[in-house]
Amino acid sequence: MKPHRRKRLGIILFIAFGLSVAVGLTLYALSQNINMFFTPTQVAEGEVPDGQHFRIGGMVKDGSIVREDGTLSVNFVTTDFASEVPIHYVGILPDLFREGQGIVAEGIVDDRGVFQASKVLAKHDENYMSPEVKAALDASGASAENHMSLGEGGGR
Amino acid sequence: MLPELGHFALILALCLCMLLGVLPLVGAAKGDLRFMNLARPLVAGIFVFICLAYVLLTYSFAVDDFSVSYVQQHSNSLLPLRYKLTAVWGGHEGSFLLWTFMLSGWMLTVAFYSRSMPIEFVARVLAVLGLLCVGYLLFLLATSNPFDRTVPLPPADGADLNSALQDFGFIVHPPTLYMGYVGFSVVFAFAMAALLSGRLDAAWARWCRPWANVAWGILTLGIALGSWWAYYELGWGGWWAWDPVENPPLITWLFGTALIHSLAVTEKRGIFKSWTVMLAILAFAGSLLGTFITRSGLLTSVHAFATDPERGIFILGILTLSIGGSLLLYAIRAPLLRGRFGFGILSREMLLLVNNLILVVAAASVFLGTLFPMVYQAITDDLISIGPPYFNAIFVPLMSLLVLVLAIGPISRWKKTSGMYLVKQLGLVAIASVILGVLLPLLLTFEFSLSATLAVALAVWIVLAAMKDVHNKIANKKTIAAGLRSLTFSYYGMQLAHLGVAVIVIGAALTTIYSQEKSVLLGPGERTSLGAYEFEFIGAEAISGQNFRGVEVTIQVYHDGEFFKELHPERRLYIASGTPSTEMAIDAGFLRDLFVTLGEERGNDAWSMTIYVKPFVRWVWLGALMMLFAGFISAADRRYRRVAKVESTSSYMQEGDKNNSALVGEAN
Repeated sequence: MKPHRRKRLGIILFIAFGLSVAVGLTLYALSQNINMFFTPTQVAEGEVPDGQHFRIGGMVKDGSIVREDGTLSVNFVTTDFASEVPIHYVGILPDLFREGQGIVAEGIVDDRGVFQASKVLAKHDENYMSPEVKAALDASGASAENHMSLGEGGGR
Repeated sequence: MLPELGHFALILALCLCMLLGVLPLVGAAKGDLRFMNLARPLVAGIFVFICLAYVLLTYSFAVDDFSVSYVQQHSNSLLPLRYKLTAVWGGHEGSFLLWTFMLSGWMLTVAFYSRSMPIEFVARVLAVLGLLCVGYLLFLLATSNPFDRTVPLPPADGADLNSALQDFGFIVHPPTLYMGYVGFSVVFAFAMAALLSGRLDAAWARWCRPWANVAWGILTLGIALGSWWAYYELGWGGWWAWDPVENPPLITWLFGTALIHSLAVTEKRGIFKSWTVMLAILAFAGSLLGTFITRSGLLTSVHAFATDPERGIFILGILTLSIGGSLLLYAIRAPLLRGRFGFGILSREMLLLVNNLILVVAAASVFLGTLFPMVYQAITDDLISIGPPYFNAIFVPLMSLLVLVLAIGPISRWKKTSGMYLVKQLGLVAIASVILGVLLPLLLTFEFSLSATLAVALAVWIVLAAMKDVHNKIANKKTIAAGLRSLTFSYYGMQLAHLGVAVIVIGAALTTIYSQEKSVLLGPGERTSLGAYEFEFIGAEAISGQNFRGVEVTIQVYHDGEFFKELHPERRLYIASGTPSTEMAIDAGFLRDLFVTLGEERGNDAWSMTIYVKPFVRWVWLGALMMLFAGFISAADRRYRRVAKVESTSSYMQEGDKNNSALVGEAN
């Protein structure tokens, strides 16, 4: 092999090695950081493995928000109009958090079946519905518009 | 009438773009000067018409013409004028008009500042840009015409601009980001023109570099402005969230950064040619992907608004055509671009290759993390999201490695550098970096933190290596001033950008490591402490503005027991749309920010709030600002205007002749 060819081969091998290490590490990091998304119905049907950290999305049920006086605790219920999951959160809720609004929460279901949220997201735009929430409502066969116009979202 | 005129102007611009996309290319292929010379006037015409359309849409906003649907959806008669004028880019149609306007602006700039390049090349560059413009204008006219009217009964008032957007950040961030994005279309056009002509040499790289540097600088600023805005407006106390809409600009930036380095090698050494072209295509693809992701609503994100599959498919079409077309051209032409492969394992070329490798891997992994949820959903039908830990796990080590190499690059030599030379040059610098890396965080906090030590050491490593390099370069000059004058603008630009990296490293790392936050419920007169600060809640009072009502809270801050400052966070309710919004109170400082975001009233006049102390957070944006200036400074280097200078001297001589004859005339 000519010297410059050997050098070129060396560099190509170096690049290939670097790339495969990078790809391996990337895929490992990816597999460690997947947040699954579940709908309230899936949670109610026990599809979520115990102790798994996940995201849940749905509408905040009308009349379900209970704030504890003197602390930052909030309890509310999220629903896809087929099933409901109670959520507990300590902290400051986003601006657009309110009854009848689609939200996404991140956290774990505890022993009592309450979703302990570490983060609650509501979206910027009041007309906007998160794709996750929309998927949850579609999955439960409920169209958000119908229920919102009815005011009380009480299942099918 | 005026909105129809705007619509008509866009159609005219489209016609001119179609001419621009064809005639100069034919001219360049046949060597017909007349057709090639058409490119510049056509560009001027396109700019005039798109500018007219843009101004007319802005005018419709200014005069509250709610018969225009787009104005009705994104404005309101109560909206302050500054937001009316900028609400043009408050939604999809107007954003895209702004994007196209930016492209026409760049085209005009290229038409003006291309005297140093052969007309054949300029004609091809402008024609490629014209073809892109055809795509964008077709998209605007076919799927998202901002001038559509609501007939016959226009609504009495507008729906209002999204309250989260009513902010200074909204005025500056989108235009800057778009300007940077679209700048990479210019570099892309340069690359395509080079492939078309088969001429891709050092001269080409020299023409291309200032454009790439400027586009890169502006994109850096655009991203930084977005980060700054998100920091003070969204109020979660962070400056980067790895949000799917934040990521595409970053991907473009990473490819762009790789590109400006690869271009340097192509100019100086005549190698990495096809790789440079590939990076130009990738950076451009990144910029298109940004629009695709934002506009198609394929991804779950905080700002995925206006989802419309038809538009998504149209953009996908533009994406496929332009990227597919350019890759095809690349496949046909790139094999012709052979460079002499002549550099050692340890050389500046090699270090820049490593730089490129790291940046491309970083871009690819951000891309993977951003699009993975979409692919996953398509395959398994399950919704997932990829959290920040993934991105941090990939990004932090890669960037640390990059910074390590970054400092060695400028001091090493082309072709071959001996390891001994580098050790001699940088040995002391390395030792000093480690020592300062350990000492500085200790002095600051009296606690040892490995990550802070690493970050500070890396930043010091960049700064000291840069100083060493400057010292080397001016050591044999008579005076320091003479030495500094002898260095080129592009050298200063490079060093400034590298210092910017050091500043960002400090900012990003120390903010992440040393930030403190606390969510509390405070009644009037109650206090809470965080770090060296104490916060006392004084009370709340009602306020009202032009288009909102709200509550303002007064908080007194004490530093080490002494009164320091009052902060006034607000909660607002926008009247037209009925949306609530929180305004943070921030005391910005060079060394730390104090930051209070208001929650809600929780009985007995007590309010919930989150308080943050964020050291060094400003440095993140300061570094980006340095990069912006660096981009412009290096683009101002004299060697990029060499041919232009010859021309201007000749015109200067002509003027001199005239003066002489004038003098002669007077004497007579």
